[in-house]
This record gives sequence, C-alpha cells and structure tokens, in this order.
Amino acid sequence: MTQGPYITCRELIEFLNLYLDGELPPERVAEFERHLSVCDSCVSYLATYKETIALGKAACEDLDSPVGADVPEELVAAILLARRGEK
Amino acid sequence: MTAVPGTPPEGREDQGTERSLVSLLRSGDETAFERLVRDHGGRLLSVARRFLRDEEEARDAVQESFLSAYKALDRFDQGSRLSTWLHRIVINACLMRLRTRRRKPEDSIEELLPQFEADGHQVRHPTPEWEGSAETLLARKETRAIVREAIDRLPDSYRAVLLLRDIEELSTEEAAQSLGVTANAVKIRLHRARQALRGLLEPHFQGAVSR
Repeated sequence: MTQGPYITCRELIEFLNLYLDGELPPERVAEFERHLSVCDSCVSYLATYKETIALGKAACEDLDSPVGADVPEELVAAILLARRGEK
Repeated sequence: MTAVPGTPPEGREDQGTERSLVSLLRSGDETAFERLVRDHGGRLLSVARRFLRDEEEARDAVQESFLSAYKALDRFDQGSRLSTWLHRIVINACLMRLRTRRRKPEDSIEELLPQFEADGHQVRHPTPEWEGSAETLLARKETRAIVREAIDRLPDSYRAVLLLRDIEELSTEEAAQSLGVTANAVKIRLHRARQALRGLLEPHFQGAVSR
C-alpha cells in the first residue's frame, strides 16, 4: 500500500486535542504518528502541550483551600447580614 | 461534575452529619447557616478568585452563591454532597458575571499560538523542548505562581473553558451547557486556551532546569 504525502505541522497542531482525546479515526492517527516520527518540532510541541495541561492542574490544586479553610470574617459577616435581609 | 478536588471521602457518619445540617438549614437555623459559610466559604472564595481575578467580585459571587443556596435548599438532593452542590453554584455565579463582562472586547491570543510557514510547517524557533517534565518543574518553588499568573492572563472566555475542563474536570458537554455554547465550540476554545497558556509558559520553562 502506498502512503500519501505527510500531513503538515499545521494540520497536526490544529487537531492535536482530538488526537490526545482519542477522537480521531485510526487512519488519521496513523498519519499523525507518521508525521511525529519525522518532525522534532511537533514532538516537542506535543510534549509541552501535555506538560501545560499537567502544570495547570497541579498549580490550581495547590491553590484550592480544603473544606473548612479560613474565610475572611468580613465576608462571613456580609453573608450573614444579607441572609437576614432575605428572610 | 464529580467530587470536588481536595474534598475528603464521605463516610456514613459524615453523611449523617450533613443530613442533620441540611435539616437545620431548612428549618432556618442561623447557626447552621453560619457553619455552612465557615466550612465552605474559604474554598468557594478560592474558586471564585480563579474565575474572576478580582477580589471584590469574587467575594460578591460567593455571597450571592450562599444566598442562592439558602433559597434553593428545598431543592437540594440529599443524595448529593453539599460541597459539590455549592461548588457548582459558585461556578455558575462566576460564569454569569463573566458573561456580563464579555461585552468588552477581549485581548487577542493569536501571538501566543504556534506560527507556521506558508507550506504549513512550523516555524522552528519557538518550539524548543522545555528542560524538565511538569513534575520536575513543579519541584521549583516559583512554578505554581508562574502558572497561576499565566492562567490569570488568559482572556476571560479562554480562562473559563480551561478552568471548567482541565481544572474542574467537567465533561465537554457539561462545560458546553455551563457556557451556553456547543460542545464543538468548547473543544476549539479549550485547545486554543491550552495553546495560549503554553505560549505564556514557554519563556519561563525553556532551559528552566539548567538555569
């Protein structure tokens, strides 16, 4: 079976999310992998795209306060006051 | 949305305590309401800050969320968790606020996206590998602050979709429903948001480990 021309970096990067989410048909996946086997730029792009997702998640998890974390007293007071007004 | 990140698993005892708390709240018990605010307010405020990037607006969104929750207590499903329910309410309050903000034009993210030659191949120079995996980079004290700051710099519509999908872990369909757009629009916007975030992080992490 003869193979067609390589897809371009633009085509690969445009649909990278679908590739990572397993939403591409097998023949398209094969084209992506063929391109990745010869293109260092896209291999780097794919790696750093995945690192970006992991970094975003980790940075925000650290920011999350656990249940029971301190809430500013003035905010508690404002909420309690507003709730009395709603009664 | 599944469990709220960082929330401890709920045992039978916790379920019982939560049921009692909900009963007290429904009866209008002010002490129970204060307990609800103290237990969950800090966490909800950190979520609202992330979406809104404005302390005053974040506090307003949290206040509004507790009042909405208070009014909707009769509709709270006892099979759910209060933390998950409140989390969802505050996210919706933040999205409503972002929607009203969106009348203002947003900054373009084009310059953060990859550049291509006329033949569709990547311009080589902006794509060097980062020196270190996410795990290695996270060992550096300043990494989390750099990443949070970069997320904060994303325009509202991109930041919202990134937070909903990658951080809050909503499905594409749930995010689409929350944002009032199609699932396909969520996929496209998320991909662009991640690319833009990557572009913002790149100058910090190229050769980071060897620095």
